[in-house]
Amino acid sequence: MAPKTLDVLRPGERASIVALAAEPDLYRRLAALGLRAGKQVSLLRRARFSGPLLIRVGTTDIMLRARDARCILVQPESVQRESALPAEAPAS
Amino acid sequence: MKRVALIGMPNTGKSTLFNRLTGANAKVGNWPGITVDLLSARILLGGDMVQLVDLPGIYDLKGYSEDETVVTDFIAHNRVDVALLILNASQIERQIALFGQIAHLGVPTVLVLNMADEAATLGIRIEADRLSERLGVPVCLVAAKYGKGIEQLLTLVTSALREAKPPAPPSKVLDEQALEAAIKDTVFVPAHASHALTERLDRVLLNSWLGLPIFFGVMFLLFEAVFFVGKPLQDGMNWLLTALRTVALEPLLSGAPPFVTGILLDGVYNGLGTVASFVPLIILFFLCMAIVEDTGYLSRAAFLMDALMSKFGLDGRSFVMILMGFGCNVPALMGTRVMRSRGLRLLTMLVIPLSLCSARLQVFLFFIAALFPPRQAPLVLFSLYLASIGTAMLTSQLFKRRFVNNDPFVLEVPPYRFPTLRQILLRGWHEVGHFLRRATRFIVAGVVLVWLLTNFPAGAAPGSTDTWAGQIGSWLNPVLSPLGIDPKLTIALIFGFVAKEIVIGSLAVIYAREGGALASTIAHQIDWVQAYSFMLFTLIYVPCLSTIATIRSESGSRSFSVLAVGWSVLLAWLASFVFYQTARWYLA
Repeated sequence: MAPKTLDVLRPGERASIVALAAEPDLYRRLAALGLRAGKQVSLLRRARFSGPLLIRVGTTDIMLRARDARCILVQPESVQRESALPAEAPAS
Repeated sequence: MKRVALIGMPNTGKSTLFNRLTGANAKVGNWPGITVDLLSARILLGGDMVQLVDLPGIYDLKGYSEDETVVTDFIAHNRVDVALLILNASQIERQIALFGQIAHLGVPTVLVLNMADEAATLGIRIEADRLSERLGVPVCLVAAKYGKGIEQLLTLVTSALREAKPPAPPSKVLDEQALEAAIKDTVFVPAHASHALTERLDRVLLNSWLGLPIFFGVMFLLFEAVFFVGKPLQDGMNWLLTALRTVALEPLLSGAPPFVTGILLDGVYNGLGTVASFVPLIILFFLCMAIVEDTGYLSRAAFLMDALMSKFGLDGRSFVMILMGFGCNVPALMGTRVMRSRGLRLLTMLVIPLSLCSARLQVFLFFIAALFPPRQAPLVLFSLYLASIGTAMLTSQLFKRRFVNNDPFVLEVPPYRFPTLRQILLRGWHEVGHFLRRATRFIVAGVVLVWLLTNFPAGAAPGSTDTWAGQIGSWLNPVLSPLGIDPKLTIALIFGFVAKEIVIGSLAVIYAREGGALASTIAHQIDWVQAYSFMLFTLIYVPCLSTIATIRSESGSRSFSVLAVGWSVLLAWLASFVFYQTARWYLA
């Protein structure tokens, strides 16, 4: 699959980071929070009305705006859903 | 005296560790080379006095944000004998990069892996001794919240101070790959480690539909709890102060000339009494803010509201603070410290004073009861809350280009952490102490000034239109009568400038009536249009001297404080003018 950007993932999807196309301040912040090339990231949920994304890298949960997520190029993995957090699934 | 600096990323429990090591002794002070104040304290370590300094949390030593420059400037201008680098034990893999940067400074370092309890819950295993060998520095696992590992930490710090050995030279161990390898060999993280309780709670609290209503509900309950506990405390405080005055102070000063009694009792003592009487409520609101922040709930609310807030140039966290402002503006203003971007911080501080705080609510309840039929009362109050929100949105929309947010909204969402009582009390202690030291002199000066204005020239009836305050009211008449605000209400506005809590008391002095009689006297002298205009003005213009003092201190800028005050007065005038003139024209 061609690399996509982090903001197009759907809740439960996992991907690995290919590159960060961000300007220096944003790049440093992303790196400090664990978002670096080669790392695995998963999308936990999205806020309504084009709000921020909640993602997980390793043991850190991060929220960031879609605009900034667009700077992160990822290679999605298989479409296996993250077990714990379906966005609007019925209670189970 | 040797100096130890605490460094670490945000959300690593650095402040908790600092408090654990120093107790309540810490003081805020300034330092060469930097413009902000830092918390520091002295402790006895291995027979010597050692100074501990809490540096701001930073993501990266190479960054240029305000906090990062503070840290680099501090280290450049002040000797640091040992650096305590605090990492979150569950997130060593990403945070170890900071160690690489610190080590280049050549300062002896002790690596503190805090929140070890959380790491254990996640099933993370850390071989601290082997890590210490690989990195060439002492490594210590602690859980500052519970006081675990502190003894060992203090031992390591003491020996580090004694040996004064800088960590291994950069070439040896500190490039990215070497660090990564060291971590891989000594830290073992299970594949899908996550915080079970947090995930269960977030399923409800971050739910697309329920999340926000629940947040509002929780905040409402918190405020109710504050009043439930705080009102009796406040009444008790008032009783105590009045008792002290009648039993001790008045007899003591019975021989003194009236000017002296007046200025000491009605001025200074009243001023201190004003501060003291609303301190219980303010402390409780501070605790609220601390709870919302430290539990991690603030991040959830920020996540839910950021979409809307960013359209107004604010961010999700601003929303929480503005909401806190509906309780009391002061803790909300101080809460903006979590914002690293100066532009965002200032814009949020410009908006918070427009929140309809509990003190203003008191004034409104009185006027609404006096001048509106009971069936309309809730509607009138609701309209004032809407006005509060409307002016907030207008202000941020107008000023968002002037105060630009240049910090990326990329924030950790921590697991829910339930603060210990000790943590909350300590934090409340520091912040309230800070506020009291700063605001007391302002308020006492303000009350004394108001007393002077309302009791002179000698011979004039106190609070009447013959006093200097009354004369000021007359001078301001051309400006305020288009708003329907007469000279008597103007005097009340002058009082209200000091604190809204004293407005009703001041009305009693101005109209020479109390309680029900006061309400009906006012109802006979002004009509509902004038009352509403007065309430609008009271809502929007300066909240109180405490707020101004806090804005001045938190922003560090006199010109910004002038802007905040000037803008609020201007907006108040415009809002009242538009309302009053429109209402009169429509009803004519």
